[in-house]
Amino acid sequence: MSESGKHKHKCPAASGRRPEATTKPTLLQDTGGDGQANGFAVTSATAGLTTSGRRYWRSLEELAASKEFQEIVEREFPAAASEWKDDKDGVSRRNFLRVMGASMALAGIGGMTGCSRPPDAKIAPYVNPPESVVPGNPQYYASAMPLGGYGRGVLVESHTGRPVKIEGNPQHPASLGASDIFMQASLLGLYDPDRSQTIEEYGQTGTLDRFLHAFDQFVRRLGKTGTTPGQIASNDDLRRLGRSNVRLRVLTETTTSPTLLNQLQVRLPAVFPKVRWHHYDPIGRDNAREGAKLAFGRDVNVVYGFDKAQRILSLDSNFLADHRAGVRYAADYIARRRLPRQASPDLTMVQAADHTSAWQSRLYVVESTPSITGTMADHRLALRHRQIEGLARILAARLGVAVPPAPGVLGDVDPAWLDALVEDLRTAPKGASLIVAGEYQPPVVHAIAHSLNTALGNAGTTVFYTDALEGNDNAGDVESLRSLLDDMDSGQVDALIILGGNPAYTAPADLEFTRRLLAFSNAASGVQKKFFSVHWSAYNDETSCNCQWHLNATHYLEEWGDVRSFDGAASIIQPLIAPLYDGKSSIELLEALAGNAHGNGYELVRDYWRNTWGVGDFETRWQASLERGVIDRSAAATFQPSLTANPAAWTATPGTAPDVNSLDLVLRPDPTIWDGQFANNGWLQELPKPHNRITWDNPILINPRTAAALGLRNDDVVSLTLGANQVMGAVFLMPGQPEYCLTATLGYGRTRAGRVGNKTDLSGGFDAYRLRTGASPWFVPGIKIQKTNARYRLASVQTQQLMEGRDLVRHGTSLSEFADPQPTKEPPELGANQDPRKFPLTLYPPVKYDGYKWGMTIDQTSCIGCNACVTACQSENNIPVVGKDQVLRERIMHWLRIDTYYSGPASLGDMADAEVYFQPVNCMQCENAPCELVCPVGATVHSSEGLNDMTYNRCIGTRYCSNNCPYKVRRFNFYQYSDQTTATYKLMHNPEVTVRSRGVMEKCTYCVQRIDRARIDAKRLLSSAAQAATAQEKAELETQARAAIGALSTACQQACPTEAIVFGDLNDAQSHAHELKYQGPFKDLDYGLLTELNTNPRTTYLPRLKNPNPRIKGT
Amino acid sequence: MSTAAANPPVVHPVLAPGHTYRSVTDKISAVVLTQKTPAWWTMSIGISCMILGVFSTAVIWLLIRGVGIWGINIPIAWGFAIVNFVWWIGIGHAGTLISAILLLLRQDWRTSINRFAEAMTLFAVSCAGMFPLLHLGRIWKFYYITPYPDTMGLWPQWRSPLVWDVFAVSTYATVSFLFWYVGLIPDLATLRDRAKHVVARVVYGILAVGWRGSARHWHRYQMAYLLLAGLATPLVVSVHTVVSFDFAVGVIPGWHSTIFPPYFVAGAIFSGFAMVLTLAIPIRALYGLHDFITLRHLENMGKIMLATGLIVAYGYTVETFMAWYSDNKYEIYMSLNRFTGPYRWSYWALLACNIATPQLLWFRRIRSNVPALFVIALIVNTGMWLERFIIVITSLHRDFMPSSWGMYYPTIWDWATFIGTIGLFLFLMLLFLRFLPMISIFEMRELVHQTNERNSRGHNGASAVKESPVT
Repeated sequence: MSESGKHKHKCPAASGRRPEATTKPTLLQDTGGDGQANGFAVTSATAGLTTSGRRYWRSLEELAASKEFQEIVEREFPAAASEWKDDKDGVSRRNFLRVMGASMALAGIGGMTGCSRPPDAKIAPYVNPPESVVPGNPQYYASAMPLGGYGRGVLVESHTGRPVKIEGNPQHPASLGASDIFMQASLLGLYDPDRSQTIEEYGQTGTLDRFLHAFDQFVRRLGKTGTTPGQIASNDDLRRLGRSNVRLRVLTETTTSPTLLNQLQVRLPAVFPKVRWHHYDPIGRDNAREGAKLAFGRDVNVVYGFDKAQRILSLDSNFLADHRAGVRYAADYIARRRLPRQASPDLTMVQAADHTSAWQSRLYVVESTPSITGTMADHRLALRHRQIEGLARILAARLGVAVPPAPGVLGDVDPAWLDALVEDLRTAPKGASLIVAGEYQPPVVHAIAHSLNTALGNAGTTVFYTDALEGNDNAGDVESLRSLLDDMDSGQVDALIILGGNPAYTAPADLEFTRRLLAFSNAASGVQKKFFSVHWSAYNDETSCNCQWHLNATHYLEEWGDVRSFDGAASIIQPLIAPLYDGKSSIELLEALAGNAHGNGYELVRDYWRNTWGVGDFETRWQASLERGVIDRSAAATFQPSLTANPAAWTATPGTAPDVNSLDLVLRPDPTIWDGQFANNGWLQELPKPHNRITWDNPILINPRTAAALGLRNDDVVSLTLGANQVMGAVFLMPGQPEYCLTATLGYGRTRAGRVGNKTDLSGGFDAYRLRTGASPWFVPGIKIQKTNARYRLASVQTQQLMEGRDLVRHGTSLSEFADPQPTKEPPELGANQDPRKFPLTLYPPVKYDGYKWGMTIDQTSCIGCNACVTACQSENNIPVVGKDQVLRERIMHWLRIDTYYSGPASLGDMADAEVYFQPVNCMQCENAPCELVCPVGATVHSSEGLNDMTYNRCIGTRYCSNNCPYKVRRFNFYQYSDQTTATYKLMHNPEVTVRSRGVMEKCTYCVQRIDRARIDAKRLLSSAAQAATAQEKAELETQARAAIGALSTACQQACPTEAIVFGDLNDAQSHAHELKYQGPFKDLDYGLLTELNTNPRTTYLPRLKNPNPRIKGT
Repeated sequence: MSTAAANPPVVHPVLAPGHTYRSVTDKISAVVLTQKTPAWWTMSIGISCMILGVFSTAVIWLLIRGVGIWGINIPIAWGFAIVNFVWWIGIGHAGTLISAILLLLRQDWRTSINRFAEAMTLFAVSCAGMFPLLHLGRIWKFYYITPYPDTMGLWPQWRSPLVWDVFAVSTYATVSFLFWYVGLIPDLATLRDRAKHVVARVVYGILAVGWRGSARHWHRYQMAYLLLAGLATPLVVSVHTVVSFDFAVGVIPGWHSTIFPPYFVAGAIFSGFAMVLTLAIPIRALYGLHDFITLRHLENMGKIMLATGLIVAYGYTVETFMAWYSDNKYEIYMSLNRFTGPYRWSYWALLACNIATPQLLWFRRIRSNVPALFVIALIVNTGMWLERFIIVITSLHRDFMPSSWGMYYPTIWDWATFIGTIGLFLFLMLLFLRFLPMISIFEMRELVHQTNERNSRGHNGASAVKESPVT
């Protein structure tokens, strides 16, 4: 009996097993040369040859501590290798030694191993540098980042072959040049040293060839079962037979990749006739899909036009944070919210208009937990999840869609509020309203939204329909997963390929995925090797350790691929760097399984598109698609689906009956680590979550009054029980949370995420998936809560969220509120008419800024608090992650933070409907900077362009500057926070920004490195202009120079989806920043923080303007 | 009037009667030269060495890991280090004040306490001086703060009070040392002459720098001493004034205040005298120096504490009044936060320690009650430490932006460093007591001379004080 037949593997402890980051920063792909890595002493190998047969091999392997050897032998002598590899013990000593001897000799000769592999393609051959590459100058490549199957276009900044910054692609419909936290932080994901670096079989290092051989063997064995005993068949015959026999299952996440879909739907079935494709995504669109089927009888993809809508109602939809199109939707939504520019014809309207201003749309949000969308609403209604369907039914009935009314009564909702809402929607111009249903709501709510949009004439004007993009079989994710598991249990599955995702962690608890997968895998590892299970993923995670094989995936910055955006527009994903850890892309893997072991992602993607585009000049179009980052004319066609269903048949969803006595739990994707796939991303872990600003954990959010009733305080540990499943988590009292409704976010409590994301005693939260059911993935009615005596410290970066009557975030509902000077808001001598910018209160003569004069304005009407700027800043400026322990000690390093304030009643208990204000705060670059005055060594000084510069190598760390900074934007390296040893992080760091050491103060610089680059460009152009031959040429160069400065943006500004941050030269009257500060309707609104201190900040703010419905009281 | 006549106030002499030149010299030099090292001394130095070990550990760990081992954060970027710095510097004020100002003011009662008060000053300043260095993020670059000849022509940034601090503190330390050392020279010569052991003779001989007690020596000595006293006098005022600028120059509510310089100086003297009392009372008991450090000294120090304590109380009152009077919402909040915020315990404890307790000193009975004085001195020491804690911590922890408010929790290393410097201070003090004359021998002899003269002229000690001639 061989040893391998007894594999009963369990997940080893998360730590300790992972190889140290082997950092071979392969800018160019390594063409073989593995000999050295595989080399081992012949003496030690032969020393083990003491017993017979298979024992030899095991001993040798152990001696050499490398399965690489096995692979070398196999690769060189496949026929002989199979002799000892097969599960029989009878390999003769002679045969074995012969094979060994020969292969040892080969292995010992460096480079020989490479001869059996085709040379890998070089993706950036720097031997002959391309003309465009100037050392020191970054290059930008367009690509797309898939998340949840949908792509958002990115522009990746690359320095000498290393991607160091990710921006949105202005030409891509889903990003429009902006980005979100996931796009920004995906850079850290690329360089994460905890990413899976190897292929593993039962935790032992393997190779791809070895894996493919094992799969082939498995297939051939299945082929053997199809032949009559005794019949001698060739390997090819066996393979052919096996492929037609193998009941192959592929489990993917949501995918819209045309190439991958083609492989799943065409290529694989051609090779494996019995293949079936399953899909499961923890944050999929099951409810939306079912809702569309209810309304239209078919699945459709919905695209919203928020820029065209005047009245918007969101039914529990957090569309501003939607992972498919949140960036775009935020831009569209804010386009109708921010103050029109001076040039706009709307201006007169602005000044005349008051509450019912037409320039600003009005947003109503009904939601069961605070979201950034709710925060941006003019009217927000916090309603328990179970009541929202009822509300939707009432609305539908009153707007002319005959659905059965909700059972029971909506106790909490003010009828006048509802009347005003209905009236506002009804009186809105036809086609200018929009009703959005959240994925979290049951299908009926989606169907009601569809029918209301149709009834209000919105279809085709504010809401658009296209064919579904996911290429699915129309089945829901949960349904698809369940059928797979049932088949696995009943032996209907031979081989399971899990392509990405982490279903062992993310599958609904009641599906018992892990147990069933483990049973399958353990059977797979049996003597007969009846089954075969593979997990292809970026991390060796909870699913990997329950599969026979783990294959390390590529990052999207390492692979060729393609993806569609929310509106169907396709992008080519192009790699920026050769795979750091030699991973394979999903496309390459499927191709390899289909028999083409060396299928090249580049060729596969090109082949697909060559076939799709058909006639025409392929290369030109391919090049254009790569350069633009999006394939032109690839957006899906919109159409008008017809309502097929009878709304009268839409009966109530179970669990939505009003029940005041039960406590409900709603589940949500985590705002920063999403479904858990970003758990090992330090930037995202340490990113304060909107509203509560907690880092590193998922709290159980609870309404303060409910908490008081249950005797709960912040940080109290409670247990939540659903059936047999129980989790323990810490509660956080959350203003804006409906009563008797808890919220928990998914993605935490990971056990095999990596060193950053694993749950520890200190951080990592709890696993809310344990409370998830397939039937109701987002809503857990009747959860049991039990207080324990334990306490668990949640690390919130902002413990004080009341403004204490200070004039920090100005807000109002009409411009007239700001037209008059408000002596109550500032000391009289510094009233609005005596702006210190005009009347500097100083004994010194005013400083003249003759050249550039940099300044920034932050529009709080536009800021949605999405945090993209914070992550962008972290990425651009090499800002370190400090860990939860240090966050608790109030030492977070973010240069830019989103302060969040509640206004309204002073007591937390009354804050269910508190107004929330976001205020991005970076360094104000004060002209009279208090920090500069007190630095004893002149490490922080003023530049000739008005920047408050930090000279890191001059700083001795007295921290006096931070104490004296009224805005507290300075950050100190209390320890050596920057990782200066991990090699991959060295690759990641922006080479234009110093990596700070311990004991040094740091802060926002307005991205001085970007300013310098633009200034140098402008200067170069201007000096060329001075020598220009003709006047026309000169004018042209000067225009270019101006454009170089005009195109300059800070990292936060560039990332911002809503253009809330505007930076520019205040000496240039044409600049947008100048316009906002000194011109048009803005100049009276623009204000500085704490200007009464005479700091004269260069960063100023525009107030938050809301557009409430005058018919609703209290506004 | 009649009651006063019936019960004339007891005025204790500055020197108990019956002392001769020889008895004074014998008694003081015996501590150093002939007495057997007392057991309590050995025990105390052992304990202080242990505390010193804690201190060394804390400092070494600090150098290895960085200032992150302390509880400081953003917004409270200064913690115990600066609190302790200001506290020790304040304590260091008493010595020079006693030596210089009281010398110039011809207060002969200073004679028996000035020596160890000066020593205390030196040791307190040593402890204080360590904190600004230790609190630096990059201590190995500390010299950037000095005007050294940098090749790039970089100088310190002169507008920063921290630069002024460097000069103020180092000047103060230098002058204090010189003053102390110059005052020691005649006594060192005495010790040299009386020492039996050859090593002691050589060491004291070297330290006595050839003092032979000639008239010329005495003449020059007195001139130098007077000049140094004149030099040191403004320093008493300037050092803590400059230290207060560290705060007063800042914009933070609770710091940004013009009352700080006088209030800091008064507070410094307040705490300095409290520390002198804290040391004098046990020393007096342990070495049996009741004749030299009489109740009169203790009472006078009590009076100074009362006076400076009242100035400090005035400072607190004005701060609060100005917060209200300014109608500045940040200042008002700062005051209210001190009264009712999370650190309110420290504020109320401060009032109890620094305002309420010293009022007991109005009563002669308490002033002349040694144990009571000792307890009051300890309470005042604590109170003055709390004052600095409040100024540094509570001002910073809630300033302008509520979003950045925070809390400061000292770590074990904060405490280890603080207590460690107390150990260092005690260690140095004990060495001083053992190896140097803790009371100025020659000045005591002068005092004997004056007292005898006065007595021979038939005056009683009580009224003679006011007429005592210049020493």
